[in-house]
Amino acid sequence: MNEALLRRLTPSVLAVLVRRGADFAAAEDAVQDALVEAVRGWPADPPRDPKGWLITVAWRKFLDATRADAARRRREDLVEEEPQPGPVPAVDDTLQLYFLCAHPSLTPSSAVALTLRAVGGLTTRQIAQAYLVPEATMAQRISRAKRTVSGEGASPAPVKPGARGRFDRPGDVATVLRVLYLVFNEGYSGDVDLAAEAIRLTRQLAAQFDHPEVAGLLALMLLHHARRATRTAPDGSLVPLAEQDRSRWDTTLIAEGVEILQAALARDRLGEFQAQAAIAALHADAPTAEETDWVQIVEWYDELARLTDSPVVRLNRAVAVGEADGPRAGLAALAALDTSSTSSSGKGSPLPRYTAVAAYLHERDGDLATAARLYAEAARKAPSLAERDYLMRQAARLNTRRAR
Amino acid sequence: MAKYLLLKHYRGAPAPANDVPMDKWTPEEVSAHVQYMRDFAARLEETGEFIDGQALAPEGTWVRYDGEGRPPVTDGPFAETKDLIAGWMVIDVDSYERAVELAGELSAAPGAGGKPIHEWLEVRPFLAAPPTVPECPHR
Repeated sequence: MNEALLRRLTPSVLAVLVRRGADFAAAEDAVQDALVEAVRGWPADPPRDPKGWLITVAWRKFLDATRADAARRRREDLVEEEPQPGPVPAVDDTLQLYFLCAHPSLTPSSAVALTLRAVGGLTTRQIAQAYLVPEATMAQRISRAKRTVSGEGASPAPVKPGARGRFDRPGDVATVLRVLYLVFNEGYSGDVDLAAEAIRLTRQLAAQFDHPEVAGLLALMLLHHARRATRTAPDGSLVPLAEQDRSRWDTTLIAEGVEILQAALARDRLGEFQAQAAIAALHADAPTAEETDWVQIVEWYDELARLTDSPVVRLNRAVAVGEADGPRAGLAALAALDTSSTSSSGKGSPLPRYTAVAAYLHERDGDLATAARLYAEAARKAPSLAERDYLMRQAARLNTRRAR
Repeated sequence: MAKYLLLKHYRGAPAPANDVPMDKWTPEEVSAHVQYMRDFAARLEETGEFIDGQALAPEGTWVRYDGEGRPPVTDGPFAETKDLIAGWMVIDVDSYERAVELAGELSAAPGAGGKPIHEWLEVRPFLAAPPTVPECPHR
């Protein structure tokens, strides 16, 4: 039994059912039933066309379930009226799943879970492991998400084949991309590498949906992924960019990311993912940390600030300015960043990395006492263990040096 | 998505507004309190935000290494005014605001007279693994 094949086929089978008018939850149940039959029957009697087989069986399961349920009479009528659709390109169907899973009324964590389940074909257990939550918790999250999507999305008017208008609204694409980016950022644990999964899904999306920002996000993911192995030492501690072993960066991924990015930029519809990817590309392109083109990086941050104006972007810009024009200029850029506007998630405290950046710039400016104090302060606010340890070591390093 | 620890204290937290020791409540009030906590956890299971929750016995003991070949030093459980954790709940929520909102709800558990005890709860974020993409690409 080819599990990978089933996993690959599941989303498009699900998408066909949804497009034919099945509500999301019912479609998922039907596909699950079909998969069970496939697991039982295929080893003895493999189908010639696995996908066609799955669609036929899943659709039959759906109709059975629908007919059996008197409360679903209305939906049954809808189904009966619909002509059996002929063959259509599968691409539009999966695309619809992406957009359904990025439904605006889902919370980010639900959208992510549903995307991994429906588009990625991961099991609930795998998703739960990846997020370090109990399986029951993830199952609830997913079934609530399905109810939300079914309640608001599918029943009134399933998207008609060919009606692609709503997918062209930039807001829709932006939400899908944000969900994929969230998946990518979660990293990995357990037996599923979410970053690799996010890349796989974004590749699929890019193949089906021609949009420069989709390409931009794919490029960004590839460029970050290319140096992931060097971002942490074997003991799990963080390795800053300047100290990473560049010979271990994945040059194939970097080349692919750069190529995708250049094609996207050439279309002259700049968006935040393309701008972020451009910055990542400049880092990836530099043979040594010293040869980094910081001047161009600052220019890209100016573009990015124009597009998003987020405090994180302005903070990162201050780092780049510090490298391009010296630590004094960096500190000035940092000071210009109103600290009251840098509070993250309403906690009223500055961005966690604000203090770390200030510490770094003070160190380069030669003010080791201030730098050590700020590193220690940044360590206390660090959101991750690895980051806290890194910052605490910086503080300890400066304090030891000053004590000598 | 971030995990938070909601800590309930036996001792060490500021006094709640409705500060009547549990043994002075009526049995019905105790039941109502317990039921509230159960319902709260069940609701979080339903929303997919529940990770774990446990209650702890009040008999905590402080223990310290006291040198090679010597028995550990123990101190307590009834020494001075040390913090004492009564129980915890771990939640996985979309934002810090949501964690605070839920802690507020949990603090409204009914106590004496069926009124909320307004108990202080501690909300602590878990230190997570670093994300795949550093917030700052210069790392």
